[in-house]
Amino acid sequence: MNTAASRTQIAFNYFLLVLVSIVAIYPLVGILLASFYPPGPASAPTGFELPPTFEWHNYVTAWTQGHFSAYCTTSLIVAVVMVPASVVLSILGGYAFATMRFRGANVIFYLFILGLIIPTEATIVPLYEDMKALGLLDTYWVLIILEVSGEVSFGIYWMRAAFMSAPRSLLEAARIDGASSWRTLWRIMVPFAKPAILTLSVLTFADSWNEFFLALVFTVNRYTAPMGLTSFASKYQLQIALTSAGAVIVALPIVIVFIIFQRDFIRGMLTGAVKG
Amino acid sequence: MQQEPEIAAAVAVGSRRKGRRKPEFLPGESRRIGYLYVAPAFIIYAAFNLFQLGQGVNISFYEWDGLTPGTWVGLANYREFFTEPAIRETYIHVLELMVFYALAPIAIGLSLAVMLSRIRIRGLTFFRMLLFLPMVITDIVTAVAWTWIYATGGGVAGHPEGPLATVLKALGLGRLVPADGWLGNFHTALPAVGVFGMWGGFGFSLILFLAGIMKIPSSLYEAARVDGANVWHELRAVTLPGLRYELQVVLVLSVIGTLGTFDEIYVLTQGGPGTETSVPAWQIWSRLFNTGQVGSAAALGLIMMVIVFAVTYALNRLMERGASD
Repeated sequence: MNTAASRTQIAFNYFLLVLVSIVAIYPLVGILLASFYPPGPASAPTGFELPPTFEWHNYVTAWTQGHFSAYCTTSLIVAVVMVPASVVLSILGGYAFATMRFRGANVIFYLFILGLIIPTEATIVPLYEDMKALGLLDTYWVLIILEVSGEVSFGIYWMRAAFMSAPRSLLEAARIDGASSWRTLWRIMVPFAKPAILTLSVLTFADSWNEFFLALVFTVNRYTAPMGLTSFASKYQLQIALTSAGAVIVALPIVIVFIIFQRDFIRGMLTGAVKG
Repeated sequence: MQQEPEIAAAVAVGSRRKGRRKPEFLPGESRRIGYLYVAPAFIIYAAFNLFQLGQGVNISFYEWDGLTPGTWVGLANYREFFTEPAIRETYIHVLELMVFYALAPIAIGLSLAVMLSRIRIRGLTFFRMLLFLPMVITDIVTAVAWTWIYATGGGVAGHPEGPLATVLKALGLGRLVPADGWLGNFHTALPAVGVFGMWGGFGFSLILFLAGIMKIPSSLYEAARVDGANVWHELRAVTLPGLRYELQVVLVLSVIGTLGTFDEIYVLTQGGPGTETSVPAWQIWSRLFNTGQVGSAAALGLIMMVIVFAVTYALNRLMERGASD
C-alpha cells in the first residue's frame, strides 16, 4: 500500500496524526500547566500559554495541606499488599487450569471469567452490609480483600493463557525428573512465564492505585489517591492550580509505569478491563 | 501486535469462539491437587463476589432502609424498573451516551485509521503512547481536567473561565457559552459528558484499527483495485471484514463500559442538573447512600448485571453472524 503514497499524502498524514495527538493530550498538558499557576481563585490558566511563574510550591501545598501524602500512602499500602497476593493467587489458579484435569475445572474457570463482566454495582449492596457486619468498613483490609477478589478473574485468565503457551517439553522434562507439581510450578513454569507475571503485576498495580469506587463506598478516612482527589476538587473548586497539582500527583506514578512498560501495558488494556 | 488470545477474555461471554483450545495436561500426579491450587483464589472470589449475588437477590425482595428491619415486598423493586421514570431515564441517558462513547470513537477511529494506514508511519510507538494516555490515566484525573476545560465561571467574579469558553469568546461565539456552564445546563450536560467519553475512547479504537488494517494482506486491496473498486467498495469488501475482530472488541468493551459509567458522572455532574445525567450506576449508588432505598438498589444492581450479560451475548452473536455472511 505504500507504493503510491505521494509527498502531499505523507505530509497530510503526519499533520493528521499530530493533530489527533494534540487533541488527546491537550487536557492533560493543560492540567500540568495549570498546576504551576499561582494558587488562588484569581488565576485563570488557559492551557495555551506557559504560566507567568512556575509555582513548584503548589505541589508542596497539595502534598502536605491538601493531604495528598495521606491519599497516596493509602493507595501504596493497599497496592503493596494487594498486588503480590492477587498475582500469587492468579499464578496458582492459572497453573491448575492450564496443566491439570479435574472434575468441574471448566465450570469453575467460567465462574472466574464471569467475574470479568459482573458489574460491581450488582454486588455492592450486600458487600456493604457484609463489610459492615465484619467491622471492616474504613480499613485497609476492605480495599485489599475486595480488590483481590475483583482482580483474580483477570489474573487467572491471564496466567492460564501464559502457562498454556509453555512448550510441552518443559512439563515432560519435569515429569521425567519426578518433580512434584509444586516444584514444577516454581522452578520451571514461573521462570518461563516471568514476562506475563510482570505485565500482570504492572496492570494490577495500576488498577489498585486508581481504585475509586470501592474507596468511595467503603472508606471515610482512608481515601485512595483518586478518591482523595475528588474530595479535594469538590472542596476547593476555585483552587484550580492546587487541584491540578493534586491531579498530577495522582496520575504521575501510573504515567511513569506506563512509559516504562508501554508494550505490556497496552497489551493488557486490550485484554479488556471491562469493569470500572 | 498479537493480542487475539488475550482480547478474548473481554469478549468471551456468549462467544462461540471460546474454549476451542484444550489445555495441555500435565500427566502424572493425582489431578485432585488442582482443587488445592484453585482454592485460595476461588474462596476469596466466591466469598466476596459470587456469594453477594445470592445475598443481593434476597435483599432485592425487601423494602429496606439499611437500618430498621425491612418489609418483604416481593417483586415490587423489580417492577419499579418498568414503572419509575427515574430509573427508565437512566437507561435512556446511557443509550445517548453510547453515541459518544461507542459509535463516535468507532467512526472516528475507523476513518482516521483508514487514512493513516496509507503510508508507513515513523515514530508510531511515540504517537501510540500519546493516543493511549487518555485511557491510561484514571477517569477521575481526566474528569478533573475536563471540569476545568468546561468551566465558564458562571459570570461570578473570581470564578475562572476554562479554555473552551475562552476560545469561543475570542472567536466571537460567546453566545454559544451557556450561562450556567456546559455541565450545569439541561441541554448540554449529557452531551458534555459524552464528549469527555469520546475523547477518552477514540485513541484506543484508532490504534487498534490501525494495527488491524496493517495485518490485512495488501494483495486483497490490489485485487479490489483491479476490480475497479472505489473507496467505499474497498472499505466494505476488504477493510471492514478484515477488522471484524477489532470492531467486535471495541464495540463490546465500549458498550459495556458505557453501561457502567460512574466515575466521570461523580466528578463532572453528580447526576445533575436535576437528573439530566443520572445513569444506572449513579442511581444505584444514590439509592444506597442518599435515599436509603437499599432493597431497590440491590434489585437495580442485579437488573444491570442481567442487561450487561444480555448485551455482551447479543453483540458477540451479532458480530459473529455478520462475519459468517
